[in-house]
Amino acid sequence: MEKFISHTGSALPLRRSNVDTDQIIPAVYLKRVTRSGFEDGLFAAWRSDPEFVLNKAEYSKASILIAGADFGTGSSREHAVWALQNYGFKVVISSRFADIFRGNSLKAGLLTVILGQSDVEALWSAIEAEPSLEIKVDLETRLVSYKNQAVSFDLDDYTRWRLMEGLDDIGLTLRKIDEVENFEEKRAKFKPKTLPVLS
Amino acid sequence: MAKTLAEKVWDDHLVRSASGEPDLLYIDLHLIHEVTSPQAFDGLRLAKRGVRRPDLTLATEDHNVPTLNIDKPIADPVSRLQVDTLRKNCQEFGIRLHSLGDVEQGIVHVVGPQLGLTQPGMTIVCGDSHTSTHGAFGALAFGIGTSEVEHVLATQTLPLSRPKTMAINVEGKLKPGVTSKDIILAIIAKIGTGGGQGYILEYRGSAIRALSMEARMTICNMSIEAGARAGLIAPDETTFAYLKDRPHAPKGEDWQRALAYWSELKSDSDAKFDKEITLDADQLSPFVTWGTNPGQGIPLDGVIPSPQDFTDPEEVSAAERALVYMDLKAGTPMKKIKIDTVFLGSCTNGRIEDLRAAAEIIKGKKVASDIRMMVVPGSARVRLQAEAEGLDKLFLAAGAEWRSAGCSMCLGMNPDQLAPGERSASTSNRNFEGRQGKGGRTHLVSPLVAAATALRGTLSSPADL
Repeated sequence: MEKFISHTGSALPLRRSNVDTDQIIPAVYLKRVTRSGFEDGLFAAWRSDPEFVLNKAEYSKASILIAGADFGTGSSREHAVWALQNYGFKVVISSRFADIFRGNSLKAGLLTVILGQSDVEALWSAIEAEPSLEIKVDLETRLVSYKNQAVSFDLDDYTRWRLMEGLDDIGLTLRKIDEVENFEEKRAKFKPKTLPVLS
Repeated sequence: MAKTLAEKVWDDHLVRSASGEPDLLYIDLHLIHEVTSPQAFDGLRLAKRGVRRPDLTLATEDHNVPTLNIDKPIADPVSRLQVDTLRKNCQEFGIRLHSLGDVEQGIVHVVGPQLGLTQPGMTIVCGDSHTSTHGAFGALAFGIGTSEVEHVLATQTLPLSRPKTMAINVEGKLKPGVTSKDIILAIIAKIGTGGGQGYILEYRGSAIRALSMEARMTICNMSIEAGARAGLIAPDETTFAYLKDRPHAPKGEDWQRALAYWSELKSDSDAKFDKEITLDADQLSPFVTWGTNPGQGIPLDGVIPSPQDFTDPEEVSAAERALVYMDLKAGTPMKKIKIDTVFLGSCTNGRIEDLRAAAEIIKGKKVASDIRMMVVPGSARVRLQAEAEGLDKLFLAAGAEWRSAGCSMCLGMNPDQLAPGERSASTSNRNFEGRQGKGGRTHLVSPLVAAATALRGTLSSPADL
């Protein structure tokens, strides 16, 4: 995974709450077996409306998405994270994220930042007044900064370290595989196995 | 120290717990399907890693498969490639797979319980958010993304932060015609689609105890719609009776050992939940959604709310958008809403009891002439059972369609979809914009409301017949 230390870019204001993963990428786009090429499915239904914010020229370079509360609800599809990344987003800011989406994003290296709703509103207003406004999201200092503003955000130390080092979770767990083996030896024998097939 | 049920199951699966890092949890059962696994297997191959425990892994084909002509090759080449990819991956890594046409094929969350692979006190994951279904057995079960699927395949563990716990007490007795679907829709309307974020829910109380296993699965299934990754119910005699003699249930002395362990699996009487809410079962009536998220629901005999009825500005704008998308006007009685398609099926309500309940209402009657009713069993076994009971003939005689098992119209990724502007009464779990097909409009309902609606053509309960 690529290291994430800091990102600076312009942002897209998505003034909608409860953006579920079916909106981020509809199910018809999930038939592919690759991890790339999902950008055409991003917000596919909404994009058919020329007035949709993603279609506006002034936001065409945006790499930070700023959304309403409860972003990423519903399906566990990680394709939602990939679609955002494939399209070019590096960061999503919202006041609340659905648990599974948030987990997926931080595993896949899309930084999800939680700010208070009033901070989100302030960002929306600032961006709408100046669409090319540069916003810096910094993991080192855990700050979102723009103009003369700097807003701090929480992210646990472990996840922050993993993102900044670009570490693969599986590799980290495999370093502790002897502990997994120890656990397996003590597991109750009555627990079911899928093999052999019983009927 | 007193513990909740969720904390007990969590602690029993701790491989490692150290400060400053997430807990490492052992996974007892990993369920797989065609949509969220191909990239995970690619990741394994790329890193030259294997599947640690194929014997704790089970795959089935459900999401993208057709429910008609399943003996023929899948017509859509992209869907076919995805299913073929699953078949190749399962063969390469030695994973048990129930393919289309196999007697054990079906929706992954229907198959696990019916095989007896879902048992109390287990940790169960799947790359599907409705994995919470298995919580009905007192298992800690939750949906994961594809990166996590790869992690479980490679290590049989997951690093996770310990969630908070919420007790949802449902006390009293349900009135006739009110089901567990109505309970969970009412809970979601009460706490909202974000209300359960960061929590594991535990459903408790006399109304929950009185439910069958299948009805409990319906409730736990929709925990995710309240924002909670997992929801569970303490196992009891109902649970043990359901499990006894299932193919993969413990046998002989193992059954006794398992029973002894399972009987301990309940929240201690002095355990503290981080949050508690209470619902009065006696007050519940059939519940339906009017909007585009599962929290936008009201009793069926109510009227469509006005955006001004809400105080939170986010909810006001969400209601405005939902009414436009659903093409509905505030103040309209729900029962005046005309429906085009009735969908009976899904991991929420596609089990045998759901089909029986709907069949009982449809029996000897005709589906309204302008209604399409699709009945889609949750698994091939459910279909066979229903056919043994003659339910297929009864649905067909009424003018409904009788299909093969799969996720079908719950999500628009197989041939079963709503046309733009079409309106459904659906026993599934999500009424999101376009969920059942681009431009489609969904009202979430119980199997009883689905059946009554099919007969009358407008949203109805059995009492309206």
